[in-house]
Amino acid sequence: MRKVLLAASAAVLLAVGPATAQNKSIKIGFISTFSGPVAVIGNDMRNSFELALDHMGRKMGGLSVEVVYEDDGFKPEVGKQKTDKLIESDKVDFIVGYIWSNVLLASMKSAVDAKTFLITSNAGPHQVAGEQCSPFIFSTSWQNDQTPQAMGHYMNQKGVKTAFLIGPNYAAGKDMLGGVASTFKGKIVGQELTKWPDQLDFSAELAKAKAEKPDAIFVFYPGKAGVQFLSQYAQSGLKGQIPLYTAFTIDELSLPLQKDLALGVPGAQEWVNDLPNDANKKFVADYLKKYPGLRPSFYGAQTYDAANLIASAVEATNGNLSDKVAVQKALEKADFKSVRGNFRFNTNHMPIQNFYLQDAVKDQDGNYVLKTVATIVEDNQDRFVTQCHMK
Amino acid sequence: MTPTFNLRTTVGLLLLLALVLLPVYVELTGSRFLLTLFTRIVILALAAVSLNLILGYGGMMSFGHAAYLGIGGYAVGMLAFEGITSGFVQWPVALLVSAFFAFVIGALSLRTRGVYFIMITLAFAQMAYYIVAGLARYGGDDGLTIEKRSQFIAPINLSNKVQFYYICLVLLCGAIYLVWRLVNSRFGMALQGARSNDTRMRAIGFPTYHYKLIGFVIAGTLCGLAGALLANHTDFVSPAMMYWTRSGDLIIMVVLGGMGSTFGPLFGAVALLVLEEVLSGITEHWQIILGPLLLLVVLFARGGIDGLLGKAHHG
Amino acid sequence: MMTAVAQWRRRRLFIGDRDRRPVMTLFIEQCLNGLQFGLLLFLLAAGLTLVFGIMDLVNLAHGSLYMLGAYFAATFAAWTGSFVFGAVLALGATLLVGMAVEVIAMRRLYGRDHLDHVLATFGLILFFDELVRLIWGAGGMSLPLPSWLNTSVRVLPGVDYSAYKLSIIVVSLAVAAFLYFLIMRTRLGMLIRAGASNREMVGALGVNIKLLFTLVFGLGAALAGLAGLMQAPILTVQIGMGENILILAFVITVIGGIGSIRGAFVAAILVGFIDTLGRAYFTDLLRLAFTKETAATAAPALSSMLIYLLMAIVLVIRPEGLFPASSK
Repeated sequence: MRKVLLAASAAVLLAVGPATAQNKSIKIGFISTFSGPVAVIGNDMRNSFELALDHMGRKMGGLSVEVVYEDDGFKPEVGKQKTDKLIESDKVDFIVGYIWSNVLLASMKSAVDAKTFLITSNAGPHQVAGEQCSPFIFSTSWQNDQTPQAMGHYMNQKGVKTAFLIGPNYAAGKDMLGGVASTFKGKIVGQELTKWPDQLDFSAELAKAKAEKPDAIFVFYPGKAGVQFLSQYAQSGLKGQIPLYTAFTIDELSLPLQKDLALGVPGAQEWVNDLPNDANKKFVADYLKKYPGLRPSFYGAQTYDAANLIASAVEATNGNLSDKVAVQKALEKADFKSVRGNFRFNTNHMPIQNFYLQDAVKDQDGNYVLKTVATIVEDNQDRFVTQCHMK
Repeated sequence: MTPTFNLRTTVGLLLLLALVLLPVYVELTGSRFLLTLFTRIVILALAAVSLNLILGYGGMMSFGHAAYLGIGGYAVGMLAFEGITSGFVQWPVALLVSAFFAFVIGALSLRTRGVYFIMITLAFAQMAYYIVAGLARYGGDDGLTIEKRSQFIAPINLSNKVQFYYICLVLLCGAIYLVWRLVNSRFGMALQGARSNDTRMRAIGFPTYHYKLIGFVIAGTLCGLAGALLANHTDFVSPAMMYWTRSGDLIIMVVLGGMGSTFGPLFGAVALLVLEEVLSGITEHWQIILGPLLLLVVLFARGGIDGLLGKAHHG
Repeated sequence: MMTAVAQWRRRRLFIGDRDRRPVMTLFIEQCLNGLQFGLLLFLLAAGLTLVFGIMDLVNLAHGSLYMLGAYFAATFAAWTGSFVFGAVLALGATLLVGMAVEVIAMRRLYGRDHLDHVLATFGLILFFDELVRLIWGAGGMSLPLPSWLNTSVRVLPGVDYSAYKLSIIVVSLAVAAFLYFLIMRTRLGMLIRAGASNREMVGALGVNIKLLFTLVFGLGAALAGLAGLMQAPILTVQIGMGENILILAFVITVIGGIGSIRGAFVAAILVGFIDTLGRAYFTDLLRLAFTKETAATAAPALSSMLIYLLMAIVLVIRPEGLFPASSK
């Protein structure tokens, strides 16, 4: 008897939970990684999202906003579970976040089937831009290939003739290396994909790169792995011998740990914290004020944009989120002030944007910061837009 | 051989009744998430029932049982990926492949005893995990999304959550009944005899190795079925389904519920998963309670929930 | 006016000379990596096999002690500002925690069914994972290398190897030598060996079994903690890091023979080499037949499988392991 009663009362507890009336408030689900060494990224995204909500007085279109944060633990199956929970149990109106491409790929179907709008503020696997594009999925980041493609252009500009590519063996890693290969005009003398995320020892790959004697090495290792890679790059004696070109390996989060190792190593990015538009100045200044000791990264900037994107759609539809087509159209308009300056979507809901060259330098206070050096490409579109059925 | 009606059986049957009535409750409260949660509980209870056969009754501590969840799941996933979405093909394949693997693994592992048996079943399960994680075509570590659930002839539609729930529940009841009949048969008696004293059983003339192997294969096949159901439930398979810690979860369910009892695995699955849901709603750090709880169960409540109910009945 | 064959031969000669050297240096480097990994595994497996052999205790929470060693080291190194000092303090802390766990929890499990051990220690894993999350937060930690270790050393002409990894090898070998001395040449070691081969007899002879068990468990914990803190700067300090490597430690224990330090040593080196060389060379091997991604995905899987295959084979042919300690 007790067993049954216990089960029944537990069930009641669960049922009483999220009983929202239609659109009295906006409910947003947020999926990121808040545990493990990459928690710094999730925290930066959350901080930026919260800052955006502060800036809009925690109201979108007059309705109060509630955010449910969930941790995907860096695992696709957990991310999917949490996505399902947000949709079915918390009944969210929007889902935001997703650092990792594999987590996004595992979770997408749930959102699309439930017709819940999903805004990825980081992950950009080519499937989302191409064959699996959906009216319900939007991106405020990029498609994975775009940033390394820009790097490839830059490497051409610098006259690099041969390159060795190293990256992690998962959805994004493959996209990244493929992106460089698609624009780099020189010869790729070698390519290594490492086990992700377990393998943090790159000595074998670095040794192979050394043996091939390329003009340059291109590398993609987000988060902690980026710190490890640069450290081992120095340890293997390659620093100063073979120049390094990166994407997503050096950012505001890893830079404080990489320190001198990152100086002089170029990276490409669609946002650097010194972009000279008003929205960005406000974002960075207020972030530094609200979170002393921390600096916003591109992960955060993209998430800040996602918050404003959603707010613009809520305002445009007057909070009437049940009209999915109207919400979709409002989102597609992207009528908000982005920290990137001008922001517009392509037909596949991926942004069309500039990519800049960033360099790591020491400012006058001795802090390590990133600086915009040049614009590599303007109004860049991803190369999978033709595979998307939405026109 | 009529079932004895005591507290344990009564609670078990009442729990089944509650599970049958759950969708009605869900309709009334509109809490669809409960349906998803309990579908998962029912499927894992099925896996626990299969483990109970060899662990509870047979005394074979297999630390690689979750491998069959993965094998059954990937059979469905891989076939779906290749365009074969008919359940009439997928499910028999899942069952056959699970049975085959259980046969091979069992045949080799049952030559060992005690902790060595634990280690070798673990080894085989990890091998299965690594094989699947190494298949780049089927996603490797990233896992594989299943676009369409197993298709059967209308009106059976697995995408209908209520229908799917009842199908899983029927299969669970079938499994409980099957195991109950098995253990109360000559085969089951021999199996339990082998658990308590293998040498004596062989001396009497029972080929214990064969009996154990048959039990192992039946358990693996049932678990493969659970895997096929799980794949349909989550529309996703990944190697993580068969990592050794998942086998540990199944063992916990069986032990918590009460080893070697009819409804024990059901109690265990419900208790563990409901506890997980409720506790994680209260605090992020719920596992700090679960850990020592297990320790206490092992030290003081040897028979699990079923044992507690039995004691409550008697004393 | 050379024939095509002669031209080809001449070209081969040049190419052969040029690419033999990098291949060789890469191989040596990989062997060193395998040795380093194997020695780290040995430290972990040594404690496990001792506890298993002497107390007949299956301790799944051994990986948690490994994790604690890393977390302690990261914390103490940050407090004291010195890597070495932090490491020493961490060792002491892990030893204390190990002994405390033995007295509070493990003692009650002696003599019970292995299943009970598995369940109870599985519960301990969950507990420790959560405890770490409570104390240190979910984000993991990092343990940076001091600059004097963050360079490379010229081991052989043309072979530059990381100084830190070299120091891991040196320290592990020193610990192995120390263990050998302890087990073979001291009274405590004699008691340990006796306990591993016949537990009841040692108790009957009037030795303070309780103290012996606590010491042995503590020793095992310290070894696990050492392994954890040593890999911290090059690999990771995060929750759950023990679970992945624990399995390997168990495999090594079984292959080497339960209760045998010598067996653990041999098995660990073997496993370290197979894993490292497998991952390195399988990729290239597979790339001959498959795409880069398939090769990169399948190679680590295959090399991991090899280890389990090895264990299965050992169990079938020689179930007591390569160097069994107990004699009945």
